[in-house]
Amino acid sequence: MKIQRHGAVLGLVAASALLLGACGSDNNAPAGGDNAASNAAAAPVECGGKTNLNAEGSSAQKNAVDAFVQAYQAACPGVNVAYNPSGSGAGVKNFNAGQVDFGGSDSALKEGAETEAAAKRCQTNPAWNLPLVFGPVAVGYKVSGVDSLVLDAKTTAAIFSGAVKKWNDPAIKALNGSATLPDKDIAVIYRSDESGTTDNFQKYLKVAGGWTKGEGKQFKGGVGEGKEKSAGVAQAVGSIDGAITYVEWSFAQDNKLSIAKIDAGAGAVELTAESAGKAIDEAKIKGQGNDLVLDLDSIYGTKAAGAYPLLLATYEIVCSKGYDADTAKAVKAFLTVAATTGQAQLAEAGYVPLPKAFQEKILTAVKAIA
Amino acid sequence: MNDPVVAKRPAGSGDTGTERGVAAAHTASEAPIPPTPEASATTKAPHVRPGDRIFRGLATGSGVFIVVLIGAIGLFLILQAIPSLGLDNVNFLTSREWNTTDPTNLRFGILDLTLVTVVVALLALLIAMPIALGIALFLTQYAPRNLARPFAYVVDLLAAVPSIVFGLWGLFVLGPVLFPFSEWLIENLGWIPLLAKGNVNVQLGGTIFTAGIVVAVMILPIITAVSREVFERTPTMHIEGAIALGATKWEVVRTTVLPFGKAGYVSASMLGLGRALGETIAVAIILSTATSAFGWSLFDGGSTFASKIALAAPEFNDPRSAGAYIAAGLVLFVLTFVVNAIARSIVAGHKEYE
Amino acid sequence: MSTNLADPQRLATPPTFQAVSVSRRIKNGIATGLVWGAFLIAVIPLVWVLYTVIQRGFPVILDGDWWQKSMSGLLARQQGGGAYHAIYGTLVQGLVCAVISVPIGIMIAIYLVEYGGRSKLAKATTFMVDILTGVPSIVAALFVYTVWITYFGLGRSALAVSLALVLLMVPVIVRTTEEMLKIVPDELREASYALGIPKWKTIVKIVIPTALSGILTGIMLALARVMGETAPVLVLAAYAPFINYNLFDGPMASLPLMMVNERNNPTQAGFERIWGAAITLVVLITLFNLLATVISRALAPKTK
Repeated sequence: MKIQRHGAVLGLVAASALLLGACGSDNNAPAGGDNAASNAAAAPVECGGKTNLNAEGSSAQKNAVDAFVQAYQAACPGVNVAYNPSGSGAGVKNFNAGQVDFGGSDSALKEGAETEAAAKRCQTNPAWNLPLVFGPVAVGYKVSGVDSLVLDAKTTAAIFSGAVKKWNDPAIKALNGSATLPDKDIAVIYRSDESGTTDNFQKYLKVAGGWTKGEGKQFKGGVGEGKEKSAGVAQAVGSIDGAITYVEWSFAQDNKLSIAKIDAGAGAVELTAESAGKAIDEAKIKGQGNDLVLDLDSIYGTKAAGAYPLLLATYEIVCSKGYDADTAKAVKAFLTVAATTGQAQLAEAGYVPLPKAFQEKILTAVKAIA
Repeated sequence: MNDPVVAKRPAGSGDTGTERGVAAAHTASEAPIPPTPEASATTKAPHVRPGDRIFRGLATGSGVFIVVLIGAIGLFLILQAIPSLGLDNVNFLTSREWNTTDPTNLRFGILDLTLVTVVVALLALLIAMPIALGIALFLTQYAPRNLARPFAYVVDLLAAVPSIVFGLWGLFVLGPVLFPFSEWLIENLGWIPLLAKGNVNVQLGGTIFTAGIVVAVMILPIITAVSREVFERTPTMHIEGAIALGATKWEVVRTTVLPFGKAGYVSASMLGLGRALGETIAVAIILSTATSAFGWSLFDGGSTFASKIALAAPEFNDPRSAGAYIAAGLVLFVLTFVVNAIARSIVAGHKEYE
Repeated sequence: MSTNLADPQRLATPPTFQAVSVSRRIKNGIATGLVWGAFLIAVIPLVWVLYTVIQRGFPVILDGDWWQKSMSGLLARQQGGGAYHAIYGTLVQGLVCAVISVPIGIMIAIYLVEYGGRSKLAKATTFMVDILTGVPSIVAALFVYTVWITYFGLGRSALAVSLALVLLMVPVIVRTTEEMLKIVPDELREASYALGIPKWKTIVKIVIPTALSGILTGIMLALARVMGETAPVLVLAAYAPFINYNLFDGPMASLPLMMVNERNNPTQAGFERIWGAAITLVVLITLFNLLATVISRALAPKTK
């Protein structure tokens, strides 16, 4: 009796689920031709393999992966990719645990435990780090009356460590000759969650600005207050006068924050796709063969004219070998599309398309996946 | 596991049928109308039917299952936490530092987390308890029927609102509204340490004050629902007796409803406190983390145990660092344990008193 | 003056009905005011939260696509798509969780009320259920992650989420069912025993039907709680923007997970999806509550 009665309730729930099941659809193809489908005229890709790919990792590359997925679906109808933007740590952990087909991470696999676990997951083959998505990090601020601001790494480090406390500090004034800066406290906002953006920002400050507070995914500056996720910090900076933060480009744009120009020694550089692309051109690879681990010092420390050095390079972590045939095929198809036609939409989403030279290296690596 | 039951109730779960029959018959002759349904079942059943045995086994098994499960969770937390605790380079209980970036040099202490967690939860409880009492009394004693029903429904509906919504509501809607009030408090009553200017920006609203109010709204439905149930069960005879003696409405409530429902109300509040201690997503969204230590002001920021874990969980990639957070989770677990034990003892004490 | 003299009543026995003294009336007035005040104070945030959800989310769910489509193949800033995948995930995860927890929860409550008495095991069980009520959802999720994925090596799936939700649902069901079973008058049980009906049948046929409406309310409250849980879905099932019907494998979306995901989407589209998902959840749970009310009315034992 009891079971039957609860069964009735649950049955109704199930029925409603099935009812919904009758009319659910994954088809979101727009009527107009304004998405990747029209741009992907000739994607040189061999479709096939399993239809649903699983991936997880850095939230910084989420919007880029969305664009890749759209292009992938245009090139290979009927496929799906679930990219779960929970964080780099989760991406690496779940890749190594075999839970996802590839991981997304803000930093390459660490030599030692991580690479060993990855090799184990790939049936004793090494895993490769493919830097597929480059996202500039903006130093976003909001100070009424200050539309343009130039900072260098040293001053940025001073601001984010609390050594510079006022907007009209001589150090900032020296970089912004003509601008009138208010006598206002600087409110530093940082990420309260552990994040690859924080990690890379601190690495940049260390390489270029003499940052001594330490690195890692927790912010070590010892000043300001933390808000949760990029959305939280961007929203916080947008709502108080005198605030500054570091946040992915698209968040700074969407929250209408002013973005500081960076002077790396060859004049102030505005954050644009071109200026960031120039910094990627400077990047050197320190990985072996197809393992394209970047030497970040070469980006962060660049003094090339017109290059915006504050970039977040995010990797796709894949097995070089050791996938089953179906998975390998799908992973290769997806990454090929991502590195070619998928790049078209990136600038709009706040990323930097891959420079040619880089694109070729990645395609070579993708082809070599077995 | 089963021993105490067997010892206390041989008739129900013993294995030797003859003994049980004898015992049952014996009881039957002594007490024709046994006081508990349990005893009455045994008396009228000289031999236990298989259906009864199975059903009893299932019920007892479920009880054992839950005990084992909680034991397993506790054990899991301890096993994961111990190695990291061994590696901790500062005092776990008294340090305010939290630095787990380098797994070879772990420095984590829970003092700040404990203080912030407790203050947020207590603030929420202080706000929610009197209001919940008021609502529960209102709904059971004062409200016109046609107002009580829909309102009770709204309160229940709030249990359906996911905590992330409360978080966003606190951040986007409540925070800006509270800002002038908070500023006024700091300016005029800032000499009270609890209302001093804190270590985060008041304008952003990421303070313990905001978080406490939001958590109070979140636990209000639980406390109200349970208290309402208890108040409703005040014996009508008591109430009618009080009315017959010429008591005013308030006197009726004070002399019958409150004494009857006090224990239930307190334990409901403790359940609410447990929920407040463990609230995760809403607090993580609202509360700003601060770089300086908690300074006993409601306008400070900080992290609670749960928000600290939630903010770091996606980036767990080293068991040693993760263990530090699990250790914090363990403390939260123990804290909840203690709160519930207190609630139990209050209710138990009250029963004995009656 | 003359009235002062003519006050014979003071000497005589006071009348049966006396005017209530001023101080008592004032106290009563204050108490009434406070109780009404508490009600009004509580109304503000409660209605405010609901209003925020409805005002921001309602326009979103009016779109037919919302109920029929997934988010597959959409960029964060593109409008359109729907929550079908998440609605399906929430319903299925909640359903599986309920299928597991309802029998366990009810059996535990039956044990506590009908069998346990004052035994040590019953005390331990009660205490453990209280603890379980307070276990933060993230701790429950980490526990299931370790056992299910690290030790047993099984994949993340909607089923794993349901298992973690069981940990959160069981205590609520036990608590409410226990309260409801306790109210069932002993006379009913005794009458049944007197007719020679075995104990288990008495429980199943007499006790539970009597308490059914209360038990159903408890189940619905518990279901409401778990369907809105965020932490377990975050740790145990990856978000999939497409429809995944498979309970045992692969990522599956759910409404809270969709909200967490869109939370980090600063565009207008993301904003709409968050509040749309929120109100969808509230609507679903309201439907469940209505359903429960209807069913418990239909199944309640006839009192006349």
